[in-house]
Amino acid sequence: MTTTPTPPATPASAPLLTVRNLVKEFPIRSSGLFRKQVGVVQAVSDISFDIAPGETLGLVGESGCGKSTTSRAVLHLQPATSGTVVFDGVDLTTVGKNDLRRLRRDMQLVFQDPFASLDPRITVNEIIAEPLRIHGLYGEKDAGRDKVKELMATVGLKPEHGNRYPHEFSGGQRQRIGIARALALRPKLLVLDEPVSALDVSIQAGVINLLEALQDELGLAYLFVAHDLSVVRHIADRVAVMYLGKIVELGPRDQLFDHPQHPYTQALISAIPIPDPRRERTRQRILLQGDVPSPANPPSGCRFRTRCPKFQTLTSEQQQKCINEEPLLVGRGPGGMATSDDAVHKAACHYAESVQVL
Amino acid sequence: MNPDHSDYVGATAFPPAPGLGGGPPAETVLSVKDLTVTFPSDDGPVQAVRGVSYDLHAGEVLGIVGESGSGKSVSSMAVMGLLPKTARTAGSVLFRGRELLGLSEKEMTGVRGRQIAMIFQDPMTSLNPVYKIGWQLAEAVLAHHDVTKAVARKRALELLEIVGIPSPDKRIDQYPHEFSGGMRQRVVIAIAMANDPDVIIADEPTTALDVTVQAQVLEALRAAQQETGAAMVLITHDLGVVAGQADRVLVMYAGKPVEIGPIDGIYYHPRMPYTVGLLGSLPRLDQRSQEKLTPIPGTPPSVVNLPPGCPFAPRCPLRTDICLQSEPALLPALGADHEAACHHSDQLTGEGAMDIFSTDPNAVPGERPDAEAGPPPAGPGTEPGPPPAGPGTEPGADPQNGAAQ
Repeated sequence: MTTTPTPPATPASAPLLTVRNLVKEFPIRSSGLFRKQVGVVQAVSDISFDIAPGETLGLVGESGCGKSTTSRAVLHLQPATSGTVVFDGVDLTTVGKNDLRRLRRDMQLVFQDPFASLDPRITVNEIIAEPLRIHGLYGEKDAGRDKVKELMATVGLKPEHGNRYPHEFSGGQRQRIGIARALALRPKLLVLDEPVSALDVSIQAGVINLLEALQDELGLAYLFVAHDLSVVRHIADRVAVMYLGKIVELGPRDQLFDHPQHPYTQALISAIPIPDPRRERTRQRILLQGDVPSPANPPSGCRFRTRCPKFQTLTSEQQQKCINEEPLLVGRGPGGMATSDDAVHKAACHYAESVQVL
Repeated sequence: MNPDHSDYVGATAFPPAPGLGGGPPAETVLSVKDLTVTFPSDDGPVQAVRGVSYDLHAGEVLGIVGESGSGKSVSSMAVMGLLPKTARTAGSVLFRGRELLGLSEKEMTGVRGRQIAMIFQDPMTSLNPVYKIGWQLAEAVLAHHDVTKAVARKRALELLEIVGIPSPDKRIDQYPHEFSGGMRQRVVIAIAMANDPDVIIADEPTTALDVTVQAQVLEALRAAQQETGAAMVLITHDLGVVAGQADRVLVMYAGKPVEIGPIDGIYYHPRMPYTVGLLGSLPRLDQRSQEKLTPIPGTPPSVVNLPPGCPFAPRCPLRTDICLQSEPALLPALGADHEAACHHSDQLTGEGAMDIFSTDPNAVPGERPDAEAGPPPAGPGTEPGPPPAGPGTEPGADPQNGAAQ
């Protein structure tokens, strides 16, 4: 891929998934007898993004930034507080229960922990057959068996091992079982929530390759949620960076990694250790001060300003803008000037400036 | 026990150890020889560590890398004498010439913290939740120094400042739950350096932390090491962290070191196929690559009833008959200080992971109609199915599986 402004994976055709102004709030309750609601945490705060058919959007950020909540709200597992999630032309936030179940065939979830996400008491055949049975697609006994065998072969497992139980498989193989189960209904969108974080590196590479091969073969779209930016750089077409419930930067992968515009993205990229001793020795790190503020009481204006290295260098007049005015996620020209709303590379910073960190 | 405590009282900071920056022929502070650790189990003895040897020189950082179950943590727990009583430990651990294996618990208490300190992975569990941070720091100082509480508290404040905790005079009277994960890990680092140890063993010190916090904690760790002049053993699975921190690297596989050498040699001229594969399977943040990653086929072996020969042989594309018969010893491969345990390490000159692992002659095409699209190692025959003995074969897996139930 090159740095041309148009990413190949964003066709003009209708996106598969359109998320607009998504907000997810959780109540904070008192510890008293009545557990009265005393406040609210905005885990996801007004975010918008699209995913095109066959595209991978990487969603990255540190713990507590709202990336997992976003993935669950996208699947309507936890209904959004406000905003719309349009999947394949249907708004999930208003659709009825029966229609939702039908739509769920087309959107599946792969979990992080392959040890906790498979029922230890049923065989792998049954685990993979379960979604087919639920949706009445298992068919006659032989037809169903064949479908399960084919799915196992698709993810690189031996179909003869279908009668074994999850504990007889290694971590990487279990994650393949989870992927086979998610593929059973031939979905259009897979939401992958940290799918390789629990695996050792030598095993992780095999699962990443499998996900890439499946995407080529089946035309799947992925929402790939991860904290490991190296994995995201490898697999994603576009990347969204989240901080404290907001998307702070969104853009085509190489543009975002090679020319990050938001100070948080820059700090995040500079903090990732690279397995190359000579480069590591000469690298400049942007060290952030302090910790992520509580999402129950986020800073006014720009949420990153309390830790922002750029903020420190601004005049107090310029700082006022960061304190009073929330920066919008739009395309940014020289000096952080907001340019267009539908630029491919957007950053939510009043003083966005492309910096080469790597 | 601590003859130097008299000059401690007046000191505002500990002087750096004499070995620091002492040029290349640095003194060996810790010498581990043929360390083995065996745990009994229902399926037979688990050989968690099968002969680890290394010398740690004053002021240097030795990175120990390996995947889960490779024995990297167990070998360090053995050095500290922290293994459960059921573990059988053999070999030799010399600290400045003094044998540590077989010391009584009382003698070992004098070594821990004072001479060798340890930093654990999880800062949530390595601090006591019911005591204030200041008390826990002072306790570490008082354990080895006969000083007043006021002096210990002053030292605690100093330590918090070194590891970069903002407003330490306020934080010192707080409890661990009032600290974030990164801050807690800094407190743990402060406790480790409280007695100016000669060796700090850090076991996955940043694994539980987010990357921006990891960068802060690594900075604190470096400050602690410079302040004390201690040598450090840094145990991690993250090859990126090691690249930035270590002077030398030890790669473990199935309880044994398979390669040891200076950091640049290991990363740029690896001489053991496992190291090559490990580096090749990493996605790189700094590269625009559309190429597929090169995974290592198969899974690590069980350390119960390990078959003869090289433990990596079943996953290794270079294996020949000799690999299945005799286990290679760690021998000089690239200069005297770069050793590798491989019968074929002379074949690995300038070969990348792609060259070795993607031309695996034994990679049977998968049963999928288009084997090209599939991950090469995923085909049947290369990922050797479930571990043969079912439960108990994968040391790291079973507790988690149990928890899942």
